[in-house]
Amino acid sequence: MEKFEPIVIAFCCHYCAYTAADLAGTMRLQYPYNVRIIRLPCTGKVDIRHLLEVFEKGADGAYVAGCLEGDCHFLKGNFRAKKRVALAKQILEDAGIGGERLEMYNMSAAMGPRFAEVAREMTEKIRKLGPSPIKKNAERKAHSAERKEEQTAEHITQKV
Amino acid sequence: MIIAEGKPIKEILAMIEAYDKIIVAGCKGCVTVCSTGGEKEVGILASALRLARQAQGKPLETKEITLERQCDTEYLEPMREIVDAYPAILSLACGAGIQFLAEKFRKHPLLPGVDTQFIGVTEEQGVWTERCQACGNCVLDRTGGICPVARCSKSLFNGPCGGSKGGKCEIDSQVDCGWQLIYDRLKELGQLDKLEIILPVKDWSKNRDGGPRKRVREDLKI
Amino acid sequence: MKAGSKLEKILSSGGFAVTGELGPPKGTDVSVIERKANLLKGNVDSINVTDNQTAIVRMSSIAVSAILVRMGLEPNMQMVCRDRNRIAMQSDIFGAYALGIRNILCLSGDHQKFGNHPTAKNVFDLDSMQLIQAVKRMRDEHKVLGGDEIEGPPQMFIGAAANPFADPFEYRVIRLAKKVASGTDFIQTQCIYDMDKFERFMQMVRDRGLHEKTHILAGVTPLKSVGMARYMKEKVAGMEVPDEIINRMKSAGKEKAREEGLNICVEQIQRLRQVPGVHGIHLMAIEWEEVVHTIVERAGLLPRPQV
Repeated sequence: MEKFEPIVIAFCCHYCAYTAADLAGTMRLQYPYNVRIIRLPCTGKVDIRHLLEVFEKGADGAYVAGCLEGDCHFLKGNFRAKKRVALAKQILEDAGIGGERLEMYNMSAAMGPRFAEVAREMTEKIRKLGPSPIKKNAERKAHSAERKEEQTAEHITQKV
Repeated sequence: MIIAEGKPIKEILAMIEAYDKIIVAGCKGCVTVCSTGGEKEVGILASALRLARQAQGKPLETKEITLERQCDTEYLEPMREIVDAYPAILSLACGAGIQFLAEKFRKHPLLPGVDTQFIGVTEEQGVWTERCQACGNCVLDRTGGICPVARCSKSLFNGPCGGSKGGKCEIDSQVDCGWQLIYDRLKELGQLDKLEIILPVKDWSKNRDGGPRKRVREDLKI
Repeated sequence: MKAGSKLEKILSSGGFAVTGELGPPKGTDVSVIERKANLLKGNVDSINVTDNQTAIVRMSSIAVSAILVRMGLEPNMQMVCRDRNRIAMQSDIFGAYALGIRNILCLSGDHQKFGNHPTAKNVFDLDSMQLIQAVKRMRDEHKVLGGDEIEGPPQMFIGAAANPFADPFEYRVIRLAKKVASGTDFIQTQCIYDMDKFERFMQMVRDRGLHEKTHILAGVTPLKSVGMARYMKEKVAGMEVPDEIINRMKSAGKEKAREEGLNICVEQIQRLRQVPGVHGIHLMAIEWEEVVHTIVERAGLLPRPQV
């Protein structure tokens, strides 16, 4: 039985979280390949529709990573994101997907290790929760399931 | 504008259980302004319903459409083009729009995706409050432009009652006492003498109490 | 004489009236009514019967009032605007009169949110001011609101409530004037603890000559404990309790609290008797009816006049 490898989408703001991700890379810190990063100018750009769409397209988990509260490059973008994440969590909960599959994190551009830590944390959390409920009725064959997931991940990072 | 609140997703899922395809119809009128049933909310709801049904193992196909208004026949035409392919319509318009769709698309069960609440205003972004009860007999000239029917919890015409405290209503400290507002406004306008007049008994027959209402302008009828 | 009730006779002859209050049972147990009524008998001139107070369903005011009439006592039937439309109210007033009820109090009514049926529809077809006008019209013009003649008009003595301490304070006297103009024969106020503020209110009342057009009965409630005093100060809408009173109740300690409460009550009554324009007191000993006799006796109000 293969170990379940979740697909986790991270919406990262350019000024902090994405830069932190870069730093993690420069520092050669290890973080799971399960996390696919989407760069935004600001987490305030995230819309609830995006947060739901990633789950429709096959993500098992997602998170929004923005600047530390009070330090948003665009002043309040991360506060808007926080509220939208809260609402999206509720919608996911009501839809039977599970609100805990979506989270909001804050970090500064200097926090490379924190970026890696969050990536590990979320991946493990989603791994424990198991695949997204929308997949449980899909037919699986060992190698074709793996290929399907790879394709979906590419699709998400290109489209959203 | 008319303010509505989205129904809980679980309630909507129960309504659409029997269908594997559905139209989700929004309206660019009032429900867009109060962020309950516009194009964006249609998108969010359709996505949530698809996710939920996928998780249940009973996939749902949705058709998203947002009409200019659902309360005027001409604006329903875009719906006519798509309606035959779907067994039911879930509408996020106000109660009037939902019912009008039901009248015009007689073969389709109409499901309300929202609870229509009141006639109100945008106090600030994200906050809408009630102002008018459509009582059919406006007395705003006598109460400084503040409605005793809608803004007093007891719809008193000669208030306030003894429960008014600190300008707030006895039912909720977050709710303004309508009559305190009226008093303050008339004072500002230098019209406190209006409060010495006893407002007479209301003709509620002009309200919904008299039966469903109708307005006609003969000169406009073709 | 409008209704010829005991209350009316005492007030119109310049006497100092004493009214009490009785809360109906939350069911059909008549013995509760009899017990409370017997505690008030001989100590008050007439007894207020509340109408689904705080929107909690209790035996109807008209039924309990009729029971009091049967017991040889005089009720002040309270009628709120929350639960009945004008058709029901006028109909009940016909019935009340036929059952021997002569005093009626026209009130708005607490919002149903406070009671045990918060999901009920509220009526408020009329407000208290309009109800007073309606009862006066029935009595003096012999017509119902809609205009039809009445077969045997109800001769009621009309009462209303006034709250000198509710907001906005400046407006309270104007509202009282409106109620008087609508046809109120007697007024009962919310219970008073802040004597100074009440006396200022009464000065404003006298300045408008309202004390000559209506009879004002000042509301009094004996305090049982410092907790009760604090509760009334903080949680009850339209109630003002000066710190001096809270301190007195606190200093009395647990054993002497009730005694101090009674002392304060008697002192208040004695002070109120000196205020020109106050024609009586409305004694609301909430769930403490046993103490009514002690209070009126110590305040020198016994025996009650036989009219």
